[in-house]
Amino acid sequence: MMVRDAIERLGANTTSLVHELGRIAVFSAATAAGVARPAFWLLPRFVREIFDTGVLSLPIILLSGLTVGMVLGLQLFWVLTVFGAETSLGGVVGATLVRELGPVLTGLLVTGRAGSAMAAEIAVMNATEQLDGMKTMAMDPVRFVIGPKSLAMVFCMPLLNGLFICAALGGTWLIAVKLLGLDSGIFFQDLYDGVDWEKDVVGTMIKAIVFGALVALIATYRGFTSGRSAEEVSRATTSTVVTASVWILLADFVVTSLWKF
Amino acid sequence: MSKATRDFIVGLFVLAGLASLAYLSLRVGGIESDGKGGLELSAEFAEIGGLKERAPVVVSGVKIGRVKRIELTPDLHAVVVLDVDSQYQLPVDSSAAIRTEGLLGQQFVALEPGAEDQLLKSGDRIAYTESALSIERLVGDFVHGNDLENEKSKE
Repeated sequence: MMVRDAIERLGANTTSLVHELGRIAVFSAATAAGVARPAFWLLPRFVREIFDTGVLSLPIILLSGLTVGMVLGLQLFWVLTVFGAETSLGGVVGATLVRELGPVLTGLLVTGRAGSAMAAEIAVMNATEQLDGMKTMAMDPVRFVIGPKSLAMVFCMPLLNGLFICAALGGTWLIAVKLLGLDSGIFFQDLYDGVDWEKDVVGTMIKAIVFGALVALIATYRGFTSGRSAEEVSRATTSTVVTASVWILLADFVVTSLWKF
Repeated sequence: MSKATRDFIVGLFVLAGLASLAYLSLRVGGIESDGKGGLELSAEFAEIGGLKERAPVVVSGVKIGRVKRIELTPDLHAVVVLDVDSQYQLPVDSSAAIRTEGLLGQQFVALEPGAEDQLLKSGDRIAYTESALSIERLVGDFVHGNDLENEKSKE
């Protein structure tokens, strides 16, 4: 019967979803265990991962930050002029960037640039049986490959977030002070007044760390469990970007509601 | 790219990232303003209006501290606890008033020093206070005051 088939399919999907969640949970526990027991000779590996994840993302982060700041400054300036409140541009832009746009946009950009690269690299290592080779030599691939990559992602995200926000503030300053004639001193003073360390800056760093952990987990998991063909590698990469982007936006809502902004 | 070059670039990247976070924390966020303080005073107000924690405490227009806590006494009066820089000497008959920056800006506590020789110590209560002015109540009184006058003149 059709109804019975439909319910059967629903049951099968639910079961496989729960299985998948379980595999992800076991994987993240194994990653955490691997990170907790670092080997000192993994340090060059870790530095290499920071280079691949952080330094290579710098151009897009700084460029996007600059342009986002410029657009924000331009748009908000015209809106604030309606209320005669142009002088509050610094605080408004600062609060927007620090609380929301900074961590979320950095997360999405890093997902696209470094997250996809990470997933692809691990998937290719899987496809070319490198991870299997490590297992036969009694080297736990989770501890020696996944661990440094995940840690590097979590480590780089707050740094890139800070650089993004500073680049954006620079862009806003350029537009507001140089182009639109706002007083530089007033801009900075309102910026300092509008952003609070305990609530805003700490909140942004927490968000960045959470997003970094999410991207790390999704990218490494997709790469690690991908099939062994070119098509599978490509699927792992694209599903990383899509899944991680969605989860970043969801997590942003959760952290914002829980945090005392 | 040699390993040394790559390590150097990573080091620069980490330094730049930490510097940006430090700038956001110290300059933009204003964490340094929590340094001074030490003289803890309390003041009871009938109405605190929109006064928030961490609002500035000001003498002659200069910030000397901030609002540490806002509490309610058991008999439902508002008590504001102030954290003032201990280098300033305030006589025991100083007064505290809640004022607004401009007409619609943020609210702050303004202290006016008194004339006594004895000084306030940490933990003391400021005796003379002036509550917040509520613009909405003023407008309401004005509107209803007008109505009352109209009714009286009709009788």
